[in-house]
Amino acid sequence: MLSQLIDRDWLWIAAEFYLVGFLVGTWSLMRGGKPSNVLMNVIIFAGYLIQLTGLYFRGMAVGGCPLGNTFELFQFTAWSATTLYLVVGVTFRSSMLGFFTASLSASLTLTSLLIPAWDATRREHIFGGNTWIEFHAAFALFSYGVFALLALTAGMLLLRNYSLKHKRLGGWFSFLPSIMDLDLISVRLLGTGVSIMTISLAVGSMYWIRDTESVNAFKLILTVAIWAAYALALSMRLRGKLISTRFGWTCIILFVIALGSLGPINSSRPPEPPVIGS
Amino acid sequence: MIPTEKQQTGLFVLGATHHNAPLEVREKLSISESANEQLHTKLSNLSTLREFSILNTCNRIEIYGVAETEDTIRQIQQLFCEQQDFAEDEFAKICLSIRDFDAVQHLLSVASGLDSQLIGETEIFGQIKDAYAQAQERKSTGPVLNKVFQKAFQTAKHVRTNTSITSGQVSVANVAVELANSIFGELTDTRILLLGAGEIGEKTARAFQSRGASSITVSSRHLERAMNLASALDATALPFELREGHIANFDIIVCSTAAPGSIISVSAVREALTRRSARPLFLIDLAMPRDIDFRVGDLSNSYLYNLDDLAAIAEENRTARESEIEKCQLIIAERAEALWKQAESRL
Repeated sequence: MLSQLIDRDWLWIAAEFYLVGFLVGTWSLMRGGKPSNVLMNVIIFAGYLIQLTGLYFRGMAVGGCPLGNTFELFQFTAWSATTLYLVVGVTFRSSMLGFFTASLSASLTLTSLLIPAWDATRREHIFGGNTWIEFHAAFALFSYGVFALLALTAGMLLLRNYSLKHKRLGGWFSFLPSIMDLDLISVRLLGTGVSIMTISLAVGSMYWIRDTESVNAFKLILTVAIWAAYALALSMRLRGKLISTRFGWTCIILFVIALGSLGPINSSRPPEPPVIGS
Repeated sequence: MIPTEKQQTGLFVLGATHHNAPLEVREKLSISESANEQLHTKLSNLSTLREFSILNTCNRIEIYGVAETEDTIRQIQQLFCEQQDFAEDEFAKICLSIRDFDAVQHLLSVASGLDSQLIGETEIFGQIKDAYAQAQERKSTGPVLNKVFQKAFQTAKHVRTNTSITSGQVSVANVAVELANSIFGELTDTRILLLGAGEIGEKTARAFQSRGASSITVSSRHLERAMNLASALDATALPFELREGHIANFDIIVCSTAAPGSIISVSAVREALTRRSARPLFLIDLAMPRDIDFRVGDLSNSYLYNLDDLAAIAEENRTARESEIEKCQLIIAERAEALWKQAESRL
């Protein structure tokens, strides 16, 4: 039966796992309890493995990294964020971060699955058979996953700040990590995201210099602008010029812009005839 | 049917607690470590006392045991009163004396913090563990008490995990510490400035120390008092007039002076925050009238709590704990019943 499942089926199941994580967490919080760290991690890990299987089948079908349309870009971003959560977030020992990660991954994957137009067509051979360009694209998108997780920790920082400023400390506010812990992990994520995106752009620029026509100006400007905005935010944060709520809001707004740019960046590529997915 | 000696063997609790014995009585009944040793020796000599364990805290002195006869319990009472030089008839008025199922249920309630003065406090759990370990070491426990105490520990853990009876602090000092945890996480690296050398400030400082804070500086309008408290707290002293210029060097500022007006201005805090990079500042104003300009609370990255704020949180937590009592009692009743069945078969 499993062998009959196509990539989208796997991705649907993964999205449902993330949704279950969100629902279990919400149910625990509504009952006045803290989501179970172990249960949350098991659900997320199961969803992650299933999503990895779905992306693997998609990758096999398209003969490369599945980054050919908005659906795949959203899926890959959610997968990147979950990967980073499982590597870094688990050691953070906050089931609330797991709850928020499950919520984010559920939103991204379900949105991409519920809009068929995003997966109706895809471009083939977008990397021209060049593994370095493929590496550049995958790394760039992985940095978006890092920024997604950063948006979550920044959101938690804002919630913790709100609870302390307004003296509302009971209920699920009490399960949030401390301001300092959230600030620390946010700075680390921002540094990681900027570093990964820098490497990605450095690799991409080497090929762009050789063939400036290969990337259109809109995509180039938008991508560099997002990288520059994150780099500036990191620089300001490290110099103590962007702190507390302003830092939190900046990380969230930048991620919304970055996520919103995926569609335009994808559609800015030269049109190719539609290809039926696997 | 005339009961035989064997049939009277039972589990008991004998003692006095904060419920019936006021502080001055508990002081007289409280036993030192050496007195505990002496009492243990005397009780060991009672041939009809099979097992026992002595729980001695500031709010209770309780002897848990398995006695073969009712008279054994009377002898224990007599021995205890003699040792403490306390009138037996007076003791009878305030004593707690319960048997069998009720004794089991009582231990489960005590271990879960339900019988404590501060409902839900967890210190009692450790105290019972210590008392039990001591009894085991002295070989005064047996199959009944071993079973009952071990199950009591499991029940207490279950209650703590599955209810909110221990959540939230219920004293002003501990609420302040909990808030500091919400801002800084671990407190080991935090630097604390104590403005005012009064009792409430000292209590708060000690609460911080109990959670790992070690860098404390005391400042008072009377330098001598500041130095005395600093010495008691193993802290350092700071001349009072330098306080505002040093705000940036501290993470937590606890104010409890009797100054007639504000001693920490909003401009001083604003200036300090610019020198602190991203590190937040937590200000606790326990003074009446207030020591800190209330506008400090509006500054970004600073968190200001006054006495009313802390008291309101403590009260909210207390109410939340009380609302959990019924849920805890149900768990305890269910477990006590099962446990009593097991314990009864070992008597």
